[in-house]
Amino acid sequence: MNIEAIKNLLYKMADDQLILGHRNSEWIGQGPLLEEDIAFASMAQDKVGQSYTLYQMLNELGEDEPDKVAFLRMAEQFHNSQFVELPIGEYDFSLIRHFLFDTADYYRFDMLINSSIEPISLLARKLKGECRYHSMHADGWIKKLGNGTDESINRLQSALSYAIPYALGIFEESKMEDTLIEENIFGGEILLRERWIEHIDKVISQTQLVLPDLALESPHFGGRYGIHTEHLQPLLNEMSEVIATDPTADW
Amino acid sequence: MYGGGNTFEKIKAKDPNEEDPILLAEFEARIERGEKIEPTDWMPDLYRAQLIRMIEQHAHSEIIGALPEGTWITRAPGFKRKLALMAKVQDEVGHAQLLYSAAETLGKPREAMIDDLISGKSKYSNIFNYPAFTWADSAFISWLVDAGAIVNQVANSRGSYGPYSRALERICIEESFHLKFGHHCVIHLATGTPAQRKMMQEAINRWWHPMMHFFGPPDKMSVHTDTLMKWKVKILTNDETRQQWLDMYVPKVWELGLTIPDNKLRKNEETGKWEYTEPDWEEFKRVINGDGPCNKERLAVRKTAEERGRWVRKAILAKDAHYVTPLA
Repeated sequence: MNIEAIKNLLYKMADDQLILGHRNSEWIGQGPLLEEDIAFASMAQDKVGQSYTLYQMLNELGEDEPDKVAFLRMAEQFHNSQFVELPIGEYDFSLIRHFLFDTADYYRFDMLINSSIEPISLLARKLKGECRYHSMHADGWIKKLGNGTDESINRLQSALSYAIPYALGIFEESKMEDTLIEENIFGGEILLRERWIEHIDKVISQTQLVLPDLALESPHFGGRYGIHTEHLQPLLNEMSEVIATDPTADW
Repeated sequence: MYGGGNTFEKIKAKDPNEEDPILLAEFEARIERGEKIEPTDWMPDLYRAQLIRMIEQHAHSEIIGALPEGTWITRAPGFKRKLALMAKVQDEVGHAQLLYSAAETLGKPREAMIDDLISGKSKYSNIFNYPAFTWADSAFISWLVDAGAIVNQVANSRGSYGPYSRALERICIEESFHLKFGHHCVIHLATGTPAQRKMMQEAINRWWHPMMHFFGPPDKMSVHTDTLMKWKVKILTNDETRQQWLDMYVPKVWELGLTIPDNKLRKNEETGKWEYTEPDWEEFKRVINGDGPCNKERLAVRKTAEERGRWVRKAILAKDAHYVTPLA
């Protein structure tokens, strides 16, 4: 069992969930309708909760405790994809990100059910259920707004075109990729991306949106190796604003 | 989270004396027997108008109240606090949804209520016009503002209007978790490091006066209280809810070694009532009418959210659907 490879996998997943959960929580009180405030808040809780569970697993593998790892690292120590750290923008971008990321998330957990590492497999089985609702929520809204008014279709199309290169960055392979696949820990990013494309293509084909030609896109890589946009560090500064005043205190 | 509100302002409605006396007598007899009034039942115009105003103000208070606390979700110290605060603020928005639906049963659509909120015509709990500067302010709101809301809402859940009363029962169950969360946060700050303790004390000093305002003006200043109570729109008077809250929570604050910025505050053992410095009701009126530290900011956020979300709401309206007022 290659502990480093497992940690690498858990870190990128945990960091993705934490940062996107944090971003989604920014919609509370700001959504286009109350029902969406509530939905985004609920998904944000699931995501932050999932990250907490993953950091706990890392803690069992010898990493620092979750509050320290999540709240007190610097941007370059984070392994999330750049996609999740982008600001929430308008609802069109947040919805497209929700759709593209959560589709990948759902299939990632689906693949991890077959992981040779039992705790990961068990966790994936549990979390896949939550992610399924996120993915259904996203699909429903994409179909609704992607067939809505000219404005909603145009907005979603622009957001989709902008988001795709970042979304492809989710599938950036880590340096442990071969080990993860060889040891049946995780089926790998390339396989995940194939399943992701199949799903998003199916949903988008039921709308008036057009999926950009993915072969022509250059993915925004770097996140998995600690290279981030200018948006991550301010997010982390805000997240640690209180706890960093006294990390040893009991809050 | 909602307290006494501004029932002191006059409301435009038909005088009950002009209502059909037989219908009015039957209506009052039903309330007297403890029956609930349901959306399609006959009701006096003033009853409907008062309830719309009250439920609407309550709903607005929930969404506006989500703003000062919401800004602390992204700063909450540690996973447990972050997750709990997210859940709490989500609950508050859920309460707004529930309450707008209850108010809609009286004939005013949610969109019209939100328009009135943004234009300033309709009010919300005054306390949210004050800023939450620190994490301790957020803890104060979760514990003591929610506690105040519970006192008011538990009473009003025994009110006569069915949809509001049922919504309040659900809301109170959720609020009781908020209160536990808030109390837990306050205990940690009050028993923590000197800096944490100072932060908590400063929050109490800042929030005490807005909190005394929370329950609304003293009974002697409120208009219509008698009719409202006879019709079980209000169950306790503003002074009664304030007294109940003081009785339940002042000892708990003192127990933590924290002080309250009112040197007249004490329980009169003979009358069983709390005595306190009367808060400045002119300030209350000034703030509720728009001139508080955060009124403009709160409404601007709500207005921006409405404007930015308009294209979404437009796109989901089915072209051929016929929309009706929902019944709770």
